[in-house]
Amino acid sequence: MIGLIHYLVVAAVLFTMGVLGIFVNRKNLIVILMAIELILLAVNINLVAFSAYLGDLVGQVFAMFVLAVAAGESAIGLAILVIYFRGRGTIAVDDVNRMKG
Amino acid sequence: MIQAIAFYLFAVVVIVSGALTISSRNPVHSVMWLILAFFNAAGLMVLVGAEFIAMLLVIVYVGAVAVLFLFVVMMLDIDFTQLRAGVARYAGIGLAIAVALAAEVMIALGAWSAGKIDLTRRAAPLDPTVPNIQAIGNLLYTRYVFIFEAAGFVLLVAMIGAIVLTHRERGGSRYQNIARQNARRPQDATRNVQPPIGQGVQL
Repeated sequence: MIGLIHYLVVAAVLFTMGVLGIFVNRKNLIVILMAIELILLAVNINLVAFSAYLGDLVGQVFAMFVLAVAAGESAIGLAILVIYFRGRGTIAVDDVNRMKG
Repeated sequence: MIQAIAFYLFAVVVIVSGALTISSRNPVHSVMWLILAFFNAAGLMVLVGAEFIAMLLVIVYVGAVAVLFLFVVMMLDIDFTQLRAGVARYAGIGLAIAVALAAEVMIALGAWSAGKIDLTRRAAPLDPTVPNIQAIGNLLYTRYVFIFEAAGFVLLVAMIGAIVLTHRERGGSRYQNIARQNARRPQDATRNVQPPIGQGVQL
Protein backbone atom coordinates (compact mmCIF):
# COMPACT_ATOMS: atom_id res chain seq x y z
CA MET A 1 0.00 0.00 0.00
CA ILE A 2 1.19 3.48 -0.80
CA GLY A 3 1.81 5.53 2.32
CA LEU A 4 2.90 9.01 3.20
CA ILE A 5 6.55 8.02 3.22
CA HIS A 6 6.46 7.10 -0.50
CA TYR A 7 5.31 10.58 -1.38
CA LEU A 8 7.91 12.15 0.87
CA VAL A 9 10.68 10.15 -0.81
CA VAL A 10 9.51 11.22 -4.29
CA ALA A 11 9.38 14.85 -3.18
CA ALA A 12 12.83 14.59 -1.56
CA VAL A 13 14.37 13.15 -4.74
CA LEU A 14 12.71 15.86 -6.82
CA PHE A 15 13.94 18.57 -4.45
CA THR A 16 17.49 17.24 -4.60
CA MET A 17 17.27 17.19 -8.37
CA GLY A 18 16.29 20.84 -8.39
CA VAL A 19 19.25 21.76 -6.20
CA LEU A 20 21.56 19.72 -8.43
CA GLY A 21 20.13 21.50 -11.46
CA ILE A 22 21.08 24.86 -10.00
CA PHE A 23 24.64 23.65 -9.47
CA VAL A 24 25.08 21.89 -12.80
CA ASN A 25 23.66 24.65 -15.00
CA ARG A 26 25.67 27.41 -13.44
CA LYS A 27 25.64 29.48 -16.62
CA ASN A 28 22.19 28.93 -18.03
CA LEU A 29 19.72 31.16 -16.20
CA ILE A 30 16.67 29.63 -17.91
CA VAL A 31 17.45 26.13 -16.67
CA ILE A 32 18.15 27.54 -13.19
CA LEU A 33 14.63 28.99 -13.17
CA MET A 34 13.28 25.62 -14.25
CA ALA A 35 15.21 23.95 -11.42
CA ILE A 36 13.57 26.37 -8.98
CA GLU A 37 10.21 25.32 -10.42
CA LEU A 38 11.15 21.70 -9.72
CA ILE A 39 12.01 22.57 -6.11
CA LEU A 40 8.66 24.30 -5.65
CA LEU A 41 6.91 21.32 -7.22
CA ALA A 42 8.57 19.06 -4.65
CA VAL A 43 7.33 21.36 -1.89
CA ASN A 44 3.82 21.19 -3.31
CA ILE A 45 3.91 17.40 -3.43
CA ASN A 46 4.93 17.37 0.22
CA LEU A 47 2.14 19.77 1.22
CA VAL A 48 -0.52 17.81 -0.65
CA ALA A 49 0.70 14.45 0.63
CA PHE A 50 0.68 15.60 4.24
CA SER A 51 -2.72 17.19 3.71
CA ALA A 52 -4.17 13.95 2.35
CA TYR A 53 -2.62 11.54 4.81
CA LEU A 54 -3.18 13.63 7.93
CA GLY A 55 -6.74 14.43 6.86
CA ASP A 56 -6.33 18.20 6.99
CA LEU A 57 -7.33 20.42 4.09
CA VAL A 58 -5.14 23.40 4.95
CA GLY A 59 -2.13 21.86 3.21
CA GLN A 60 -3.90 22.01 -0.14
CA VAL A 61 -4.86 25.65 0.41
CA PHE A 62 -1.24 26.51 1.12
CA ALA A 63 -0.11 24.48 -1.90
CA MET A 64 -2.25 26.86 -3.93
CA PHE A 65 -0.51 29.89 -2.44
CA VAL A 66 2.88 28.33 -3.19
CA LEU A 67 1.67 27.86 -6.76
CA ALA A 68 0.68 31.53 -7.03
CA VAL A 69 4.02 32.73 -5.70
CA ALA A 70 5.86 30.34 -8.03
CA ALA A 71 3.98 31.68 -11.04
CA GLY A 72 4.78 35.28 -10.08
CA GLU A 73 8.39 34.41 -9.41
CA SER A 74 8.90 32.79 -12.80
CA ALA A 75 7.25 35.73 -14.56
CA ILE A 76 9.50 38.25 -12.82
CA GLY A 77 12.55 36.02 -13.29
CA LEU A 78 11.97 35.70 -17.00
CA ALA A 79 11.37 39.46 -17.32
CA ILE A 80 14.71 40.14 -15.61
CA LEU A 81 16.29 37.55 -17.89
CA VAL A 82 14.93 39.31 -20.96
CA ILE A 83 16.23 42.75 -19.98
CA TYR A 84 19.54 41.23 -18.89
CA PHE A 85 19.90 39.60 -22.29
CA ARG A 86 18.95 42.85 -23.99
CA GLY A 87 21.72 44.69 -22.21
CA ARG A 88 24.48 42.09 -22.30
CA GLY A 89 23.74 39.78 -25.21
CA THR A 90 24.24 36.71 -23.04
CA ILE A 91 22.48 35.02 -20.13
CA ALA A 92 25.55 33.55 -18.45
CA VAL A 93 25.16 34.05 -14.71
CA ASP A 94 28.90 33.85 -14.15
CA ASP A 95 29.56 37.44 -15.11
CA VAL A 96 26.67 39.20 -13.38
CA ASN A 97 28.85 41.88 -11.86
CA ARG A 98 27.32 44.98 -13.38
CA MET A 99 26.45 46.40 -9.97
CA LYS A 100 29.91 45.84 -8.57
CA GLY A 101 31.22 49.30 -7.75
CA MET B 1 -2.91 -2.69 -6.33
CA ILE B 2 -3.88 -0.48 -9.23
CA GLN B 3 -3.16 2.51 -7.02
CA ALA B 4 0.35 1.22 -6.32
CA ILE B 5 1.01 0.68 -10.04
CA ALA B 6 -0.24 4.17 -10.86
CA PHE B 7 1.84 5.66 -8.05
CA TYR B 8 5.05 4.00 -9.17
CA LEU B 9 4.39 4.92 -12.80
CA PHE B 10 3.82 8.59 -11.96
CA ALA B 11 6.70 8.70 -9.47
CA VAL B 12 9.23 7.16 -11.85
CA VAL B 13 8.17 9.39 -14.73
CA VAL B 14 8.25 12.54 -12.58
CA ILE B 15 11.76 11.76 -11.33
CA VAL B 16 13.11 10.78 -14.75
CA SER B 17 11.65 13.85 -16.41
CA GLY B 18 13.00 16.02 -13.61
CA ALA B 19 16.46 14.58 -14.22
CA LEU B 20 16.14 15.19 -17.94
CA THR B 21 14.94 18.76 -17.29
CA ILE B 22 18.19 19.69 -15.64
CA SER B 23 20.44 17.67 -17.96
CA SER B 24 19.07 18.39 -21.44
CA ARG B 25 21.36 20.14 -23.86
CA ASN B 26 18.55 22.07 -25.48
CA PRO B 27 16.45 24.32 -23.19
CA VAL B 28 13.38 23.68 -25.36
CA HIS B 29 13.67 20.00 -24.50
CA SER B 30 14.11 21.02 -20.87
CA VAL B 31 10.79 22.85 -20.98
CA MET B 32 9.11 19.81 -22.53
CA TRP B 33 10.47 17.55 -19.79
CA LEU B 34 9.32 20.08 -17.20
CA ILE B 35 5.80 19.90 -18.65
CA LEU B 36 5.90 16.09 -18.41
CA ALA B 37 7.11 16.32 -14.81
CA PHE B 38 4.23 18.63 -13.91
CA PHE B 39 1.67 16.39 -15.61
CA ASN B 40 2.86 13.39 -13.64
CA ALA B 41 3.01 15.35 -10.39
CA ALA B 42 -0.63 16.26 -11.07
CA GLY B 43 -1.29 12.53 -11.44
CA LEU B 44 0.36 11.90 -8.08
CA MET B 45 -1.90 14.51 -6.51
CA VAL B 46 -5.03 13.03 -8.08
CA LEU B 47 -4.10 9.69 -6.50
CA VAL B 48 -4.45 11.12 -2.99
CA GLY B 49 -7.65 12.96 -3.82
CA ALA B 50 -6.38 16.51 -4.33
CA GLU B 51 -8.10 17.09 -7.65
CA PHE B 52 -8.21 20.86 -7.42
CA ILE B 53 -4.46 21.30 -6.91
CA ALA B 54 -3.80 18.78 -9.68
CA MET B 55 -5.95 20.65 -12.18
CA LEU B 56 -4.44 23.95 -11.04
CA LEU B 57 -0.98 22.51 -11.67
CA VAL B 58 -1.92 21.47 -15.19
CA ILE B 59 -3.65 24.75 -16.02
CA VAL B 60 -1.17 27.15 -14.43
CA TYR B 61 2.06 25.36 -15.27
CA VAL B 62 1.37 23.68 -18.58
CA GLY B 63 -0.92 26.43 -19.75
CA ALA B 64 0.97 29.50 -18.61
CA VAL B 65 4.39 29.06 -17.07
CA ALA B 66 5.71 26.46 -19.52
CA VAL B 67 4.50 28.52 -22.46
CA LEU B 68 6.20 31.57 -20.90
CA PHE B 69 9.45 29.61 -20.67
CA LEU B 70 9.12 28.40 -24.27
CA PHE B 71 8.40 31.94 -25.40
CA VAL B 72 11.51 33.33 -23.72
CA VAL B 73 13.73 30.46 -24.88
CA MET B 74 12.65 30.94 -28.46
CA MET B 75 12.61 34.74 -28.37
CA LEU B 76 16.18 35.18 -27.17
CA ASP B 77 18.89 34.32 -29.62
CA ILE B 78 21.24 32.48 -27.31
CA ASP B 79 24.18 30.25 -28.10
CA PHE B 80 23.33 27.36 -25.82
CA THR B 81 26.34 25.20 -26.63
CA GLN B 82 28.59 27.88 -25.17
CA LEU B 83 26.49 27.95 -21.99
CA ARG B 84 27.02 24.22 -21.52
CA ALA B 85 30.78 24.66 -21.42
CA GLY B 86 31.27 24.76 -17.65
CA VAL B 87 29.04 21.81 -16.81
CA ALA B 88 31.81 19.31 -16.12
CA ARG B 89 33.53 21.75 -13.80
CA TYR B 90 30.58 22.07 -11.44
CA ALA B 91 29.17 18.56 -11.83
CA GLY B 92 31.40 17.02 -9.17
CA ILE B 93 30.69 19.47 -6.37
CA GLY B 94 27.03 19.73 -7.37
CA LEU B 95 26.64 15.96 -7.27
CA ALA B 96 28.39 15.78 -3.89
CA ILE B 97 26.08 18.41 -2.41
CA ALA B 98 23.02 16.76 -3.95
CA VAL B 99 23.95 13.34 -2.55
CA ALA B 100 24.61 14.85 0.88
CA LEU B 101 21.27 16.67 0.81
CA ALA B 102 19.41 13.55 -0.32
CA ALA B 103 21.06 11.48 2.41
CA GLU B 104 20.13 14.09 5.02
CA VAL B 105 16.52 14.17 3.90
CA MET B 106 16.31 10.37 3.84
CA ILE B 107 17.75 10.16 7.37
CA ALA B 108 15.25 12.79 8.50
CA LEU B 109 12.40 10.82 6.89
CA GLY B 110 13.58 7.63 8.59
CA ALA B 111 13.59 9.37 11.94
CA TRP B 112 10.29 11.17 11.35
CA SER B 113 7.21 10.23 13.27
CA ALA B 114 4.10 12.18 14.14
CA GLY B 115 5.49 12.85 17.61
CA LYS B 116 3.51 13.84 20.60
CA ILE B 117 1.20 16.28 18.83
CA ASP B 118 -2.38 15.25 19.23
CA LEU B 119 -3.19 14.05 15.73
CA THR B 120 -6.91 14.14 16.29
CA ARG B 121 -6.80 17.93 16.20
CA ARG B 122 -7.25 19.32 12.72
CA ALA B 123 -7.30 22.89 11.45
CA ALA B 124 -9.75 21.90 8.71
CA PRO B 125 -10.63 18.20 8.81
CA LEU B 126 -11.24 16.38 5.54
CA ASP B 127 -14.88 15.47 5.08
CA PRO B 128 -15.21 12.53 2.66
CA THR B 129 -18.76 13.48 1.75
CA VAL B 130 -17.81 16.96 0.47
CA PRO B 131 -16.06 17.13 -2.93
CA ASN B 132 -12.49 18.38 -2.87
CA ILE B 133 -13.11 21.55 -4.89
CA GLN B 134 -16.12 22.51 -2.77
CA ALA B 135 -14.21 21.94 0.46
CA ILE B 136 -11.28 24.07 -0.73
CA GLY B 137 -13.65 26.79 -1.84
CA ASN B 138 -15.37 26.80 1.53
CA LEU B 139 -12.05 27.17 3.27
CA LEU B 140 -10.46 29.61 0.84
CA TYR B 141 -13.27 32.16 0.77
CA THR B 142 -13.90 32.18 4.51
CA ARG B 143 -10.93 31.54 6.76
CA TYR B 144 -8.16 32.25 4.28
CA VAL B 145 -9.79 35.06 2.35
CA PHE B 146 -7.18 37.65 3.30
CA ILE B 147 -4.29 35.38 2.35
CA PHE B 148 -6.16 34.69 -0.86
CA GLU B 149 -6.37 38.41 -1.59
CA ALA B 150 -2.68 38.73 -0.76
CA ALA B 151 -1.92 36.01 -3.32
CA GLY B 152 -3.90 38.03 -5.84
CA PHE B 153 -1.81 41.08 -5.02
CA VAL B 154 1.37 39.06 -5.47
CA LEU B 155 0.23 38.10 -8.95
CA LEU B 156 -0.79 41.69 -9.75
CA VAL B 157 2.59 43.02 -8.65
CA ALA B 158 4.33 40.31 -10.65
CA MET B 159 2.34 41.22 -13.75
CA ILE B 160 2.96 44.97 -13.44
CA GLY B 161 6.62 44.34 -12.64
CA ALA B 162 7.12 42.12 -15.66
CA ILE B 163 5.46 44.68 -17.94
CA VAL B 164 7.45 47.60 -16.52
CA LEU B 165 10.72 45.68 -16.76
CA THR B 166 10.38 44.51 -20.32
CA HIS B 167 8.59 47.51 -21.80
CA ARG B 168 10.67 49.71 -24.06
CA GLU B 169 9.91 52.73 -26.18
CA ARG B 170 10.24 52.09 -29.85
CA GLY B 171 11.18 54.88 -32.24
CA GLY B 172 8.59 54.38 -34.93
CA SER B 173 5.53 53.91 -32.76
CA ARG B 174 2.61 56.34 -33.07
CA TYR B 175 1.04 56.78 -29.66
CA GLN B 176 -2.08 58.70 -28.78
CA ASN B 177 -1.25 62.36 -28.00
CA ILE B 178 -4.11 63.51 -25.82
CA ALA B 179 -3.01 67.15 -25.50
CA ARG B 180 -2.78 67.50 -29.25
CA GLN B 181 -6.16 65.86 -29.70
CA ASN B 182 -7.77 68.27 -27.24
CA ALA B 183 -6.11 71.31 -28.80
CA ARG B 184 -7.42 70.48 -32.25
CA ARG B 185 -10.20 72.80 -33.45
CA PRO B 186 -12.81 72.07 -36.10
CA GLN B 187 -11.82 75.02 -38.27
CA ASP B 188 -8.25 73.71 -38.49
CA ALA B 189 -9.34 70.24 -39.36
CA THR B 190 -12.17 70.60 -41.84
CA ARG B 191 -12.87 72.86 -44.78
CA ASN B 192 -16.07 73.46 -46.65
CA VAL B 193 -15.61 73.30 -50.40
CA GLN B 194 -18.05 73.23 -53.24
CA PRO B 195 -16.11 71.67 -56.09
CA PRO B 196 -17.29 72.38 -59.60
CA ILE B 197 -18.53 69.36 -61.42
CA GLY B 198 -15.88 67.49 -63.34
CA GLN B 199 -12.85 69.26 -61.86
CA GLY B 200 -12.06 67.41 -58.64
CA VAL B 201 -10.83 68.78 -55.34
CA GLN B 202 -7.48 70.32 -54.46
CA LEU B 203 -6.22 68.98 -51.16
